[in-house]
Formats: sequence, C-alpha cells, structure tokens
Amino acid sequence: MQVFDLEAQGLRALNATLHGLSGQTNETAWEIVNPRGSHAIAVGVDAPVDITVRGSTGYYCAGMNKQATIRVKGSAGPGVAENMMSGTVIIDGDASQYAGATGRGGLLVIKGNASSRCGISMKGIDIVVHGNIGHMSAFMAQSGSLVVLGNAGEALGDSLYEARLFVRGSVKSLGADCIEKEMRPEHLRLLADLLKRGEADHLAKPEEFRRYGSARKLYTFNIDNAAAY
Amino acid sequence: MTDFPHTPPRQSWTFSNDVNAEIRRAAATGIYDIRGGGSKRRLPHFDDLLFLGASISRYPLEGYREKCATDVWLGTRHARTPIHLDIPVTIAGMSFGALSGPAKEALGRGATEAGTSTTTGDGGMTEEERGHSRTLVYQYLPSRYGMNPDDLRRADAIEIVVGQGAKPGGGGMLLGQKISDRVAAMRNLPKGIDQRSACRHPDWTGPDDLEIKILELREITDWDKPIYVKIGGARPYYDTALAVKAGADVVVLDGMQGGTAATQDVFIENVGMPILACIPQAVKALQDLGMHREVQLIVSGGIRSGADVAKALALGADAVAIGTAALIALGDNDPALEAEYNKLGTTAGAYDDWHEGRDPAGITTQDPELYGRFDPVLGGRRLKNYLKVMTLEAQTIARACGKSHLHNLEPEDLCALTLEAAAMAGVPLAGTNWIPGRNGF
Repeated sequence: MQVFDLEAQGLRALNATLHGLSGQTNETAWEIVNPRGSHAIAVGVDAPVDITVRGSTGYYCAGMNKQATIRVKGSAGPGVAENMMSGTVIIDGDASQYAGATGRGGLLVIKGNASSRCGISMKGIDIVVHGNIGHMSAFMAQSGSLVVLGNAGEALGDSLYEARLFVRGSVKSLGADCIEKEMRPEHLRLLADLLKRGEADHLAKPEEFRRYGSARKLYTFNIDNAAAY
Repeated sequence: MTDFPHTPPRQSWTFSNDVNAEIRRAAATGIYDIRGGGSKRRLPHFDDLLFLGASISRYPLEGYREKCATDVWLGTRHARTPIHLDIPVTIAGMSFGALSGPAKEALGRGATEAGTSTTTGDGGMTEEERGHSRTLVYQYLPSRYGMNPDDLRRADAIEIVVGQGAKPGGGGMLLGQKISDRVAAMRNLPKGIDQRSACRHPDWTGPDDLEIKILELREITDWDKPIYVKIGGARPYYDTALAVKAGADVVVLDGMQGGTAATQDVFIENVGMPILACIPQAVKALQDLGMHREVQLIVSGGIRSGADVAKALALGADAVAIGTAALIALGDNDPALEAEYNKLGTTAGAYDDWHEGRDPAGITTQDPELYGRFDPVLGGRRLKNYLKVMTLEAQTIARACGKSHLHNLEPEDLCALTLEAAAMAGVPLAGTNWIPGRNGF
C-alpha cells in the first residue's frame, strides 16, 4: 500500500505520481490521506490501480478517470468522476452537483445521495445512486444507465437522448420529452447487473424499479413543440 | 379630365422587401431562419480606421530590407510548453461535423505550412486535423462531444469555449442532414437527428467554478498546455477580467461578425457586439490588471486582410483568428460554382445554408460525393498563400509606421473615419484630437 499525504506533499505531486503509473506497475494500491476537500484529486489517472481517498473531496475528484478504481471514504464535491472513460468510482457518502457529468464509460457508485444534475449529459457511463438524486438529473443524457434506489427530483431526464433511467422511488416530475417506459426482461437483466456492480443488490430488487426514457419527440425540430424547447 | 401627377410608389424603410419576405417565409414554414456565418449587417469595423503612417516624427522601415517580425508567443503565463507561432493569424475553431474531413485536413495543412495553429470544434478531434496540424488547439465545449483525456494530452493547447461572437449565450446546432454515421459515432448520438449543444457547461457555473475547472484541466495535462478561454463579444471588459482571474493563459474574443456553423438569424444579427467595440474593452481589462501581454489576447470576427490584422494588433491584440475568411480561401462561395448555388436558390457570396449539408464546394458538408470534390492539398496551399499575403500586408503597414515587430503597432498609429469607430476604438477622429467619450464629451 502506497500512502500519499496530500496535505504534506501537495496536489501537483499527487497527480504527477499517479500519471506516472502504467499498466505494468507493481504499486497497485494507493491511499490518499488528508484530502481536506481539495479539488482535482486523482484526475486523469490511466492505470488499473486501486486508490482510496480517506476523507471528503472537493470539485472534480477522479475527473476523466481511465481504468482506476477510486473509492472516496467521505463525500464528494461537484463534478465527481466527470467525463470518466472507464474504471470505477465509489463514493461512500453523498455527492454534490453534476456527479458523473458527460461520463463516457465506467461505473460511478454513490452510496449516499446525489445533488442536482446527476448524470448531466452522460455519454455511456453507468451511475448507481443508493439514495436520492436532485433536480434536472440526466439532463440531455445521451447514453448509459442511471439507477436510483431512492427518489428523483424535478425535471428528471429533460431533453433526454438514449440514456436509460431506472428509479425505485418517486419522481417529482419528468423533464421535457422524458416518459415512463415499459420494463422488459432485458431491462431487468441489465438492472440486476448494475445493482450487483453498484454494491446495491442486497438493498433492492430489479422488479421494484420503473424505467424512464426519451419519447424522441424533440429529436427533430417542430414549431408546434416550441413551448418544450 | 385633368391628369394629376400620382404619388410615386414608396417602399417602407421599416417594412422593406427583405423584411416582408422574411415575414412571409416565417408564416409559411413556422420555423425561424437558421443559417451559417456571422452578422451580415453593415457594422462599424476595421474599414473605419486608418493608419497614419510615418512622418517627420516617425521613421518608416525599409520594405524588403529592414526586418518586421511577426511571431507570437501564446500561453506564457502558466503553461510549461507555451505555443510559438510564426504569424499572428490563427485558424478559429470549426468542428468536424460542420466541416468535412477533407476541409479540416486542408485547414491543418495550410496553417502548418504558414506556421500557425488550427483549432478543433464542437465534435471532437479528428485524425485529419491532428495529423496535419503542427499546432492544434483542442476546444473544451459545453457539449463535450468526443472529449477525452488522451486528446487533451495530444493537443498543443486547450480552449475552454464559454461563448462565440455569432451567438453569445447560445449553444450549438447541427441539424440531422449532417449527422452521418461518423459524426453520430463521434458525438454518441443517433444518426440523423437534430443535434443540440448546450449553451452552458454541464459541470461549472461562474468564474469561481471556472478557476477550479482550469485547475483540473491543468492537473490532467500536468500543467503542460496553455489554456485559452474563448468568449463572445458580450461584456468584454468583465469577461476578460474574469477569465484572467480564473487563470486563463490566453483570452480569445470573438465579435458578432464571427461565424457559426448554424444558428438562428435573429440571434446572429441581434445579440453581441462588433469586434471593433470589443477589443479596446478587453485590452483595458488586461491593462487594469497589469496582465496585458502576460495573458495574450486573440481576437476574431470579420478579419479579412493584413490591414485588419494590423489594426487589431494596433488596438492591443496579440493575434487574430480567422474562420469565414479561411473557408473562402479554401473555395467557399466561389463564383465558379454559381450555377450550383443558383440551384440551391442562392448566389455565390450569399450562400449560408451550411447546416443543410449541400455545399457544392465540399467544405460544409458530410456528403461523400460533395466533399469528394474538395482537394485538401490544393485547399491547404490556397490557405497558406492567403495567410502569407495577410502577413505581408500587415508587415507592409507596420514598416510604414516604423515598427520592427507587428506587436509594436499601437493605437497612436490609428485614426478613425467615423464618430462611431472613434468612440468604439478609442482613437481620434481623423483630422482631430477628439476621441468621443474621453474627457467628458
């Protein structure tokens, strides 16, 4: 286990060290202590390593992650795992706004609640939230899956493209062009896999969720839909 | 019966034929007019400024004999590897999607041969442009189409796009006709749908967040790349100051003449300010912060000639960017294609329906038959020639003003032909020492 004291050694040294790791590294387990809410912790990592952050993080922790498994033993500030490409990011606490924004791959697990705009503009990432999510989540979400064991706030999935949304609790309101859709067997299978990988299969069953997706009515401009744009 | 003279038919200035035609078009179609390009209004512009030239109090430099340098450094504030360009004319961001692959290749070829940079757009980085551009600026846009850390690291600079001159406050629009298989795959969207790009970034809001976003991008790229912030001509004094505060290495400022691939005509013509009005405000912000020349300023929007370049630099810019002019150099709106423009219901010089993807020049299209007509090698050569001519023209003017570097041009070298231009540019009305708005009147 490599231990990195962020307060003593600084952010630049941390990310430079992590960027120096390659797929062949023997230093596969890392622990970051004293994060103290710093921004941009472990951003741009591109190696199959395990990183544990002992405490809460500021903005953009694990931004653009590739391959790494990053676990935050605390809560995460805005934009955690933004634009993640692959790998896994697990937040033991809550996540602030824009969690998983524009993520293109990998898995983001939030064991607490996520704030507004969770999964905004997501492009292939899978997100599993054990608690609730805030308003405008999955806004303009393009692809990937968002699983919410709790409730969703206002305007879920506004201007949605092809992302799949699964919510177990209530949805305060659906955004423009987002509708409830039939849950078919393939969706139940997908959900079962996501719950398992999201460390939530002991908390909920696929049959308890409802599925939401795009009505695809705003895909091509139509003047009679002007109020919805 | 007496034959009285009739009142001659009188057209309304308010309800002109053009205005009436647009009302009829809107009534018939139920959709606002969408087009490419920038403002077509007659705006106060560089044409309204003149250089004074040398005189008894200023010595000129000898053309072809005495050196007038043209190079520019960009990103010297924080980046470990700043950019050094041979000429201060760069190629503005234009997306693959809006432009064809061969057109992007031609921009890279021409810019590289002329010793300058080119810029990606709202669609990610293509091999055509990376492979053919010695210096490539990678745009970081609200849509984040195709965004990935590998392309960030193989770019030479990163440009965070907050706005653009054609539509400050507006997002992007690429209509279904241009969403080919390749464009759809790069943007992770279904083929053939109208594709909207967000007007705000998804994971930051305001200057304090922007500072943290810049920190993240610097950390991902190990503080190697210059980070530009591009703004539309909305509130250039404050936007420039906030970009500097957020940590930008370079501010890119785009006036309302700057083009777009597609947006509403009402937006293009009614939102934002002409570049002439923007430059002095941005320069003032940099000077007030003590950052003029520390944070470099690139300006764009209606740059057409070496004279425009020289005037922009004299007002305090470090470099300019061209978009529309570069496309024209490649062959856009060429009268040789008049018959084909006529078939599209337009004429050479006026063609702006780039979003429809039927460009007979093969530049703003994803149709293989159309872009197959475009020769990227020839296009690159034409762009190089044009960039060289602009540079020579700017040098000619600078030498006449006694300057051994284009950056030595200054507002004192200029006068204005109109009151509006004098007030906007902050230079005296020709033949007077009056700068409207200064000294209380």
